[in-house]
Amino acid sequence: MTTYTMPDNKGRYGEFGGQFVPELLMPALIELEKAYEEAMVDPSFTEELDYYLKQYVGRETPLYFAEQLSKQLGGPKIFLKREDLNHTGAHKINNTIGQALLTLRMGKKKVVAETGAGQHGVATATVCALLGLDCIVFMGAEDIKRQKLNVFRMELLGAEVRSVSQGSSTLKDATNEALRYWASHVNDTHYILGSAVGPHPFPKIVRDLQSVIGKETKLQIIEQTGKLPDAVVACVGGGSNSIGMFHPFIEDEKVKLYGVEAAGLGVETNDHAASLTKGKLGIFHGTLSHLLQDENGQVKEAFSISAGLDYPGIGPEHSHLHDTKRATYKPITDEEALKAFQFLSKTEGIIPALESSHAVALAMKLAKEMSAKETLVICLSGRGDKDVEQVKSRLEAE
Amino acid sequence: MGSLKLEQVLQQKQAANQNLFVPYIMAGDGGLDILEERINFLQESGASAIELGIPFSDPIADGPTIQEAGIRALANGTSLKSILEFLKSTKEDRSIPIILMTYVNPIYHYGMEQFAEDCADSGVDGIIIPDVPMEEEGPIATHLSNEKIAFIRLAAMTSPEVRLKEIARKSEGFLYAVAVMGTTGVRSSHSDNVKGYLENLKKYSSVPVLAGFGVSSVEQAHELSSHCDGVIVGSKIVDLLYQGKHDEVRNLIQSSVNSKVQV
Ligand SMILES: Cc1ncc(COP(=O)(O)O)c(C=O)c1O
Repeated sequence: MTTYTMPDNKGRYGEFGGQFVPELLMPALIELEKAYEEAMVDPSFTEELDYYLKQYVGRETPLYFAEQLSKQLGGPKIFLKREDLNHTGAHKINNTIGQALLTLRMGKKKVVAETGAGQHGVATATVCALLGLDCIVFMGAEDIKRQKLNVFRMELLGAEVRSVSQGSSTLKDATNEALRYWASHVNDTHYILGSAVGPHPFPKIVRDLQSVIGKETKLQIIEQTGKLPDAVVACVGGGSNSIGMFHPFIEDEKVKLYGVEAAGLGVETNDHAASLTKGKLGIFHGTLSHLLQDENGQVKEAFSISAGLDYPGIGPEHSHLHDTKRATYKPITDEEALKAFQFLSKTEGIIPALESSHAVALAMKLAKEMSAKETLVICLSGRGDKDVEQVKSRLEAE
Repeated sequence: MGSLKLEQVLQQKQAANQNLFVPYIMAGDGGLDILEERINFLQESGASAIELGIPFSDPIADGPTIQEAGIRALANGTSLKSILEFLKSTKEDRSIPIILMTYVNPIYHYGMEQFAEDCADSGVDGIIIPDVPMEEEGPIATHLSNEKIAFIRLAAMTSPEVRLKEIARKSEGFLYAVAVMGTTGVRSSHSDNVKGYLENLKKYSSVPVLAGFGVSSVEQAHELSSHCDGVIVGSKIVDLLYQGKHDEVRNLIQSSVNSKVQV
């Protein structure tokens, strides 16, 4: 078994990753990497992080044996890693709490973040309220219209939400604006990036902070079943909950890793977010990885029923795991995700986020090929309360 | 052609006691049909070289004016390919050096080696890539160097001295000194530390140092040029051309380059 040591000292995962940013931001990335490496070997930092993860976020989260779901599907034993039970209702806070503590350690008092549907924005605003940091969240004007409640939540938490009407007024434009803002305020502001994307060291920092998911899962599954799982499934937007789940299992080559991309209306249409399935290599938001782009290298809009998967790029480490075939990436359509959303709600009394419903949908397919002796873990990245209104109007329209 | 031409032209301008002045325009803003006319106009107005922007969907180093010009250019169907074809078909008609400013993805997608070859074929003299720092420049630097095209590096006010020295040492044609903390776009003035920053770069650099980002007036051009070799003006020129105010553009260029003669 080979040891896995990515990224290399240039922030590369094989050929993917890197630091494609203006010189203006390079010193901040170098400072961040240094601060992060020092923090992670400083017990006073890791103990404080563990304290907040336990007492504030509510970790560890359960690994729940979904007996009804397993029975109904008639395949493997299915377990749900309950990231939906975290404070603020998703895995996003595992990352924001760590980066906010890092912000303080770097002597900065201000934070900027991007958000699509508002989940990462809320998770950032929350930890900023907790730790007394100023917080500005950039959000596309279209998303602000669609996600009024999350805008209000962020404001309630003391954050300033800035509307972005450049470009298509969605997540990628909000990220552009957050990067521009960071470039103008880099001396006193940290950028809390919301997924395992962007220039090095962000993909590594976000992965490490999210790896708590996989580390807990590994201990819990061994405790409950006496062995490692046969398969692990997680949805991929930028790729943070999935890489957090996958990373502790990478060297366990018998554990199959499945990432689920949003296929929107179908990968054969123009309306999807399947960067690995349909994208080509490209450089976007500071990193080299798979990217949805046109024939001239212009970045395309992504589409999915789930706002959290609606990103034209993907974290570089996923491109690497795809390239080396260590992980398998499959597309799931809006329709399939909606069915899984309802199925899990009815069978287990758990309403999953639409993002996580993509993982549930793939697990339902995989279960057909697996035996009762096998085990499968789904990363239930978030709860679905935020999505019920959207699903309701969609189902009523049908 | 290439870096040699860029260096020679800049030397001639400086030998004639001029401040250097490089206007930025967005290729395809107003359509590629008017690009030749604009290049000729800027050449006749006394520009030292022209920085030609390649439109990109996600221009993270640009403020609103250039973002919007890029959106207009893309809506006109402009692409890197069509711009290079245009430059190739018109290269005999111009003497002014052409510098392309492009984000990295369009050239990555085009193929870096092919891009360098086609630039050489199209009479492109220099390249500026705002999202490729030293850490990532290896492959593209090699291809540009093979084609003898100047790879113009950007320095930033956040860069520590060791980085500034290395950037200055590497830069070809001229050194682009980003003179604001942030993106392109008109600013009424520059911060006080710009002076020391530019003067340090002058010490480190063997090629001319030009200050860019935020420059919009003759006064700013004169002030900055007194600490380095000249300026790059983007948003203001893009805006004036969009409004059809060609006289103001001509005046801005002529007054900016001539300050040394007057004093
Ligand atoms: C519940 C949930 N799951 C998954 C995602 C996708 O992000 P990532 O791929 O970074 O885990 C999001 C993003 O907003 C989310 O809110």
